Amino acid sequence: MTTVHGTAQPFRLAAGGLIDRTQLLSFTFDGRRLTGHAGDTLAAALLANGIHLVGRSFKLHRPRGVVSAGPEEPNALVELRTGARREPNTRATTAALFDGLAAASQNRWPSLRFDAMAVNGLFAPLFAAGFYYKTFMWPAAFWERVYEKLIRRAAGLGRAAEAPDPDHYEKAHLHCDVLIIGAGPAGLMAARAAARAGARTVLIEEDERLGGRALAEAMEIDGMPAARWVEAVEAELAAAPRCRILRRTAAYGLFDHGTVGAVERVADHLPEPPAHLPRQRAWRIVARRIVVAAGAIERPIVFAGNDRPGVMLAGAVRAYVHRYAVRPGRRAVVFTAGDDGWRTVSALAAADVDVVAVVDPRPDIPPALRAEAARAQAQVITGTVVGTVGRHRLAAVDWRDARGEVTRMQADLLAVSGGWNPSIHLACHLGARPRWDEAARGFLLDTPPAGVTLAGAAAGRGTLAAALADGLAAGVAAARDCGFSPVPADPPRAEDEPRDGIALFHVPGHGKAFVDLQNDVTADDIALAHREGYRSVEHLKRYTTLGMATDQGKTASVPGIAIMAELTGRGIEGTGTTTFRPPWTPVAIGALAGPHRGRDFRPTRRTPTHAWAAAHGASFVEVGPWLRAQWYTRRGETRWQETVAREVRAVREAVGVCDVSTLGKIEVVGPDAATFLDFVYANTISTLRAGRIRYGLMLREDGFVLDDGTVARLAEDRFFITTTTANAGRVMQHLEHAHQVLRPELDLAMLSVTDAWAQLSIAGPRSRELLAALLDPGTDIADGALPHMAATSGSVGGVPVRLYRLSFSGERAYEIGIPPDYGTALMERIMQVGERFGVTPYGTEALGVLRIEKGHPAGGELNGHTTAGDLGLARLVSTRKECIGGHMAKRPALADPDRPALVGLKPRDGRSDIRAGSHLLSPGAAETSDNGEGYVTSACVSPTLGHPIALALLRRGPARIGETVRVYDALRGGDTLAEVCAPVFVDPEGGRTRG
Amino acid sequence: MRIPCPCCGARGNEEFTYLGPAGLTRPAPDASEDAWHAYMHERENPAGMHRELWWHGQGCRAWIVVTRDVRTHRIEHAALARDPEAAR
Repeated sequence: MTTVHGTAQPFRLAAGGLIDRTQLLSFTFDGRRLTGHAGDTLAAALLANGIHLVGRSFKLHRPRGVVSAGPEEPNALVELRTGARREPNTRATTAALFDGLAAASQNRWPSLRFDAMAVNGLFAPLFAAGFYYKTFMWPAAFWERVYEKLIRRAAGLGRAAEAPDPDHYEKAHLHCDVLIIGAGPAGLMAARAAARAGARTVLIEEDERLGGRALAEAMEIDGMPAARWVEAVEAELAAAPRCRILRRTAAYGLFDHGTVGAVERVADHLPEPPAHLPRQRAWRIVARRIVVAAGAIERPIVFAGNDRPGVMLAGAVRAYVHRYAVRPGRRAVVFTAGDDGWRTVSALAAADVDVVAVVDPRPDIPPALRAEAARAQAQVITGTVVGTVGRHRLAAVDWRDARGEVTRMQADLLAVSGGWNPSIHLACHLGARPRWDEAARGFLLDTPPAGVTLAGAAAGRGTLAAALADGLAAGVAAARDCGFSPVPADPPRAEDEPRDGIALFHVPGHGKAFVDLQNDVTADDIALAHREGYRSVEHLKRYTTLGMATDQGKTASVPGIAIMAELTGRGIEGTGTTTFRPPWTPVAIGALAGPHRGRDFRPTRRTPTHAWAAAHGASFVEVGPWLRAQWYTRRGETRWQETVAREVRAVREAVGVCDVSTLGKIEVVGPDAATFLDFVYANTISTLRAGRIRYGLMLREDGFVLDDGTVARLAEDRFFITTTTANAGRVMQHLEHAHQVLRPELDLAMLSVTDAWAQLSIAGPRSRELLAALLDPGTDIADGALPHMAATSGSVGGVPVRLYRLSFSGERAYEIGIPPDYGTALMERIMQVGERFGVTPYGTEALGVLRIEKGHPAGGELNGHTTAGDLGLARLVSTRKECIGGHMAKRPALADPDRPALVGLKPRDGRSDIRAGSHLLSPGAAETSDNGEGYVTSACVSPTLGHPIALALLRRGPARIGETVRVYDALRGGDTLAEVCAPVFVDPEGGRTRG
Repeated sequence: MRIPCPCCGARGNEEFTYLGPAGLTRPAPDASEDAWHAYMHERENPAGMHRELWWHGQGCRAWIVVTRDVRTHRIEHAALARDPEAAR
């Protein structure tokens, strides 16, 4: 720990609290060096140093202070840390203090005490409800250039970091019987009951400490201080074998079927995460039963000047005194509409705060409360607070008595209590609608979703004894529902505190009375929206932005609804609430993304020869999820085109080798396999003889081409089929559907074997010589025994291999399949044996050029818009059998001879580039989409022919061989004339393939 | 959502791919245009129970017929699509 001496923390009480006074932590706020203690939040440490002004408001730039002591905080938003770890809009009331923390206030310039933008307050009418819609409407062109910039500068929150986040994040899953959300008295009892019953129990708590309100109040449970009781339960849960406690973990959403999303702030309380820990962890917790013991949030009262620093929630004031040993002021007034607020009087008196008065509108105050006030020498006033005075801090409070007379009294702290709102939010995420309960003076949820129970204050049973008993009952019931037999037990001894009160939401008066502190929405804004016809609470929310800030209206919503209800006369029940949606608490996108960002966005699949290729000069390209060698640059080659041309020539003139393992590979086995393949391929497969290979074309049920590949019949009942790299997953899904859903009576099984084979293609006129030298003796590869489109097996160095004679390049070619662990060894052996034949490794680019020269369709042509006829494959579609897509392919529009169909293109001048994506026009036609006649699907420079070539889909293309078309590329500025030709540029008779 | 796969037990819906309604009967090849049009394009959109096809692609690769209330996501039943009872 840093050692800081001096008279730091003037508002820290000499004793008490749950902080660790032996640990002095040094931190800065707006550059000012301050100290606090371990166990403090940033807000507690600021208050201990007498700092109440912590920020400026969103629109009006009004001075603002700490309002709450928890996650509901609307005001005290700060930037934490600096540089790449700078994080805006962090609630000072939840940010754990650590040594070296740098915090800064937001939305002020040049400084927090003197903020030039506070002039916004003078233009307040501009920022009234709906100001976005009214003020900045005209002229439209001004919106982007002027208004948006103006608004962004004037109104706003913190600044995001400008550098990439240096920390890492995790995702994790957890399954349990009983999940308890919230570790206050109710949650602890529920967890203890479930754990004692033997259920797999998970207890999550947003705070770093368990205990909830028990940490903030001076109460006793089982005859001991509540905090001590909490420690005892915590120790028991920690020792329970099937119970897990997650601290600093906030449930942000409740999803279907017992799924809860939660974010654990693993290292937010540390200056930097240790190397082995993530900054945050996003949990997905699946539970059979969920107990929402999320407590309640105290409700403010809306009155003029209620946003001045020094105006705090009464429960928060008690939390600062009891938990953090902070004196939140010198002279205090308590303004409450119920018994609960009166507890603040004794808490403040014990903290040596001068309580000048308790203002309560109720004429009949219980004598016990009056006696407590008398002991603290506080005046008891029957009335309401109607205004506050002060610049950067509360200086005086105006109250009004029953006769309407207003009196001013000096105070620097005003503790306000309007009652408690049960935290039903999570339980409402699945669409359950809450009901306003007059007796509880809050929204309650009577019918939570299946498997979810509300307990304690969240269920409206927030007094201590009631919460303990309710939590116990909820835990017992949840464990029993999961099939456990809980041992009966009595709840611990505790007393229920008095909770009488009246519903008081709004005190009418002069001056700005804030409903939503974070979005600067006032009671007048709600009245304005009402005058303008906004009646629905959902419209009110969107028009005024009430409850739409980062705190999602945790303190603002109910008072806002109540004010609307008063205006419409419909009552709160008739007004209803807005819909509760996840997230309950702000969640960093980084936490949701977890490790899946940048290169790790999805897994990268590498071919079996990846490392070998990298060591031999390969550049890689992403193909679907794969990284494939694109080309192998040799010393002296400066342009990739040079490299590709060399690789293409090697295949055409000698022999090349290419890793084709990425093609999807599926084995289809069974007595009905051939029948099934006849059904899923457009062409007939069943007539294929064992040991032979056939090209296969698959259609979608709508008649368009799905994919193509090869089918090798290895035995009467065993087929090995390949798919394109990009469609491998889709084809597998399609085939499983065709079998399980459409033809379940067929007896067959299929398995993806893509990863079970490293497959290398050896292509070129000398490929057979290479193969002969490569294979172990015993396999006959003479053309008579292994002709084009035949398959056999053999071995290389004793390792069994499969051989398929098929060609994508148009040259004599063979594919060798070997178990993937031997892929690199096979590649090395091929290079070694093939050296004397001039073997050359080639990549996907050369592969592409070779297939364009041969007019084979691939990704550019198999684009989901083409039919078999479009690709010149109409004769393949068998009319003698039923197949998927066979019927729909006969639709008139798909069979229209006018459709764009596959052709080749050559530039008329013999040299102009043709680019894929270019449009085809008749020469002389205007460049409009109506005149479009097709488009270029694939293009390259042919090293074999020495000029650019392309494949294109051209309207009535095959009938237009020899014609001239204009190739127009508006995007990249291409415009040239080309000759329409047959799509096969090299060896149209196919003699080279057959050898 | 959690989908009760008959092979694997309850699994998160991110392991599955949704297709559409279950129980459609694929017309005969020589069926009318209308029959094919209905099979390809016409879909019910019930506010209530819905029988639908999910593929457990990240698990056992089974196609599953799930009976789900689309208003509440309550799943009443799940069976293998290749089971003739489920397919009807």
